[in-house]
Amino acid sequence: MPSITEIRNDFPILQQEIHGHPLAFLDSAASSQKPVQVIEAMDQYYRTTHANVHRGVHTLSENATAAYENARLRLARFLNAASPREIIFTRNATESLNLVAYSWGRTNLSAGDEVLITEMEHHSNIVPWQLVCEMTGATLRFVPITSRGELDFEALDDLLTERTKLFAFTAMSNVLGTINPVAELVEQAHAVGAIAVVDGAQSVPHLATDVQALDADFLALSSHKMLGPTGVGALYGKRALLEAMPPFLGGGDMIREVKMTGSSWNDLPYKFEAGTPAIAEVIGLGAAVDYLNDLDMDWVATHEREITTYAWEQIHQVEGVRVLGPGPDRRGGLLAFVLGDIHPHDVAAVLDMEGIAVRAGHHCAQPIHDHYGISATTRASFYVYNTKAEVDRFVAALYKTKEIFEF
Amino acid sequence: MDDLYRENILDHYRYPQNKGHLENPDIHYHDVNPFCGDEITMELKLDGDRIVDVAFDGKGCAISMASASMLTEEIKGMTLDEVKALDKDFILDMLGIEIGPVRLKCALLSLKVVKAGVWGLEEWPE
Repeated sequence: MPSITEIRNDFPILQQEIHGHPLAFLDSAASSQKPVQVIEAMDQYYRTTHANVHRGVHTLSENATAAYENARLRLARFLNAASPREIIFTRNATESLNLVAYSWGRTNLSAGDEVLITEMEHHSNIVPWQLVCEMTGATLRFVPITSRGELDFEALDDLLTERTKLFAFTAMSNVLGTINPVAELVEQAHAVGAIAVVDGAQSVPHLATDVQALDADFLALSSHKMLGPTGVGALYGKRALLEAMPPFLGGGDMIREVKMTGSSWNDLPYKFEAGTPAIAEVIGLGAAVDYLNDLDMDWVATHEREITTYAWEQIHQVEGVRVLGPGPDRRGGLLAFVLGDIHPHDVAAVLDMEGIAVRAGHHCAQPIHDHYGISATTRASFYVYNTKAEVDRFVAALYKTKEIFEF
Repeated sequence: MDDLYRENILDHYRYPQNKGHLENPDIHYHDVNPFCGDEITMELKLDGDRIVDVAFDGKGCAISMASASMLTEEIKGMTLDEVKALDKDFILDMLGIEIGPVRLKCALLSLKVVKAGVWGLEEWPE
């Protein structure tokens, strides 16, 4: 069992003061911080190994390719994918979802078909489907959410029909914190012949993920939310589906043969990785996966559950706080809330002056905020390096905010 | 902190000046800050090209509301040309605080709205 002090010592960025206070970073749902192991893996790569991958026969290119492909293998194991060929590196979860929308969606959707998503999605799991529905004539439908901030399962039964060709949903809401029953939702989608696309951007960093047990057809993730660098994400896809799909982007590395008259496509996963990839970032992501494995994902989940339950109890001591979404037993490590009628930007600005970083805004999920009739919330989110002492400082700063704004 | 939420800012936030609407304003303009959903309406009453009365309405953070409230006090009595010449530094001087690039948009929304109205824009050009 790692000690929280040891973990915190791995994160150089946490060893600083903001406005004279130790930094309490409670914004990991937007982007997590990076341990020194990740930073050094990328640094070492550039100092000793860099060359383009899958191209040269010289030693550096061989070594860079081996390091790049080894990161793919480790990520495949982390997700329990059947094969590393089922892991496509992208720029982020957004691009992963766009890949499915453009490649699978444009090939398989037409007028009369329906794409089902939910009201609790991040914009990245809404807009690509709006675009592909516009292109193909398919209809986009939304599963509503209940007042508790959970999916309305009765409505889902009515909305999921033989017309539904694709059901895309988040495994964990980035605003409500709601953890959705992914395996059951996938099963329901399959029962009507639809494919299931899981947005794992919020869940993969925090909960052990087994794509085969979930039976997900696709799962999107972002490196930067799971201790890895920005600029890289991944798409898991079942091999048979990926094999049947046309390329998303065209360019180098994704082709088998290019003639003036046309081209043929490379094998998986390269068919979907056009152009020189973010090699150093993929290697950094591999180091992040190692770091999470060393911590153990069950420990990560337990630690966050403890912090979140504590934060839930403490924040509800503050009069005027309203937290969106379900109780701590059914949510991931984040709390989005309103504090009376104080604007979330003002809450976040006061907290910043106390050295506490939280997010304020609509968190790229306007439909949820519309559902609750509010334009923005303040969000505190927790990860492996957060402590109960930070939660105490956070709650104390909320009292200070109320004092300043005389609420 | 104290820097961002000085007493003058908080005063204007709690007790905004010229908040509400004018009867038959000569100039009326409304805009939002899509980043945070703040919105402000500015209404002006003119005598020739001189502003004789001002009102604002809207919702948003303390910075945007205080900025709008102070701005209404500043521009009452100005000519339209004088308003057209106002810039970012004028607002920063008026607020008397240092503001980062993100919150600057909050601070400048009221000036953006009033200038669009004074220039007679139907809407912001794409």
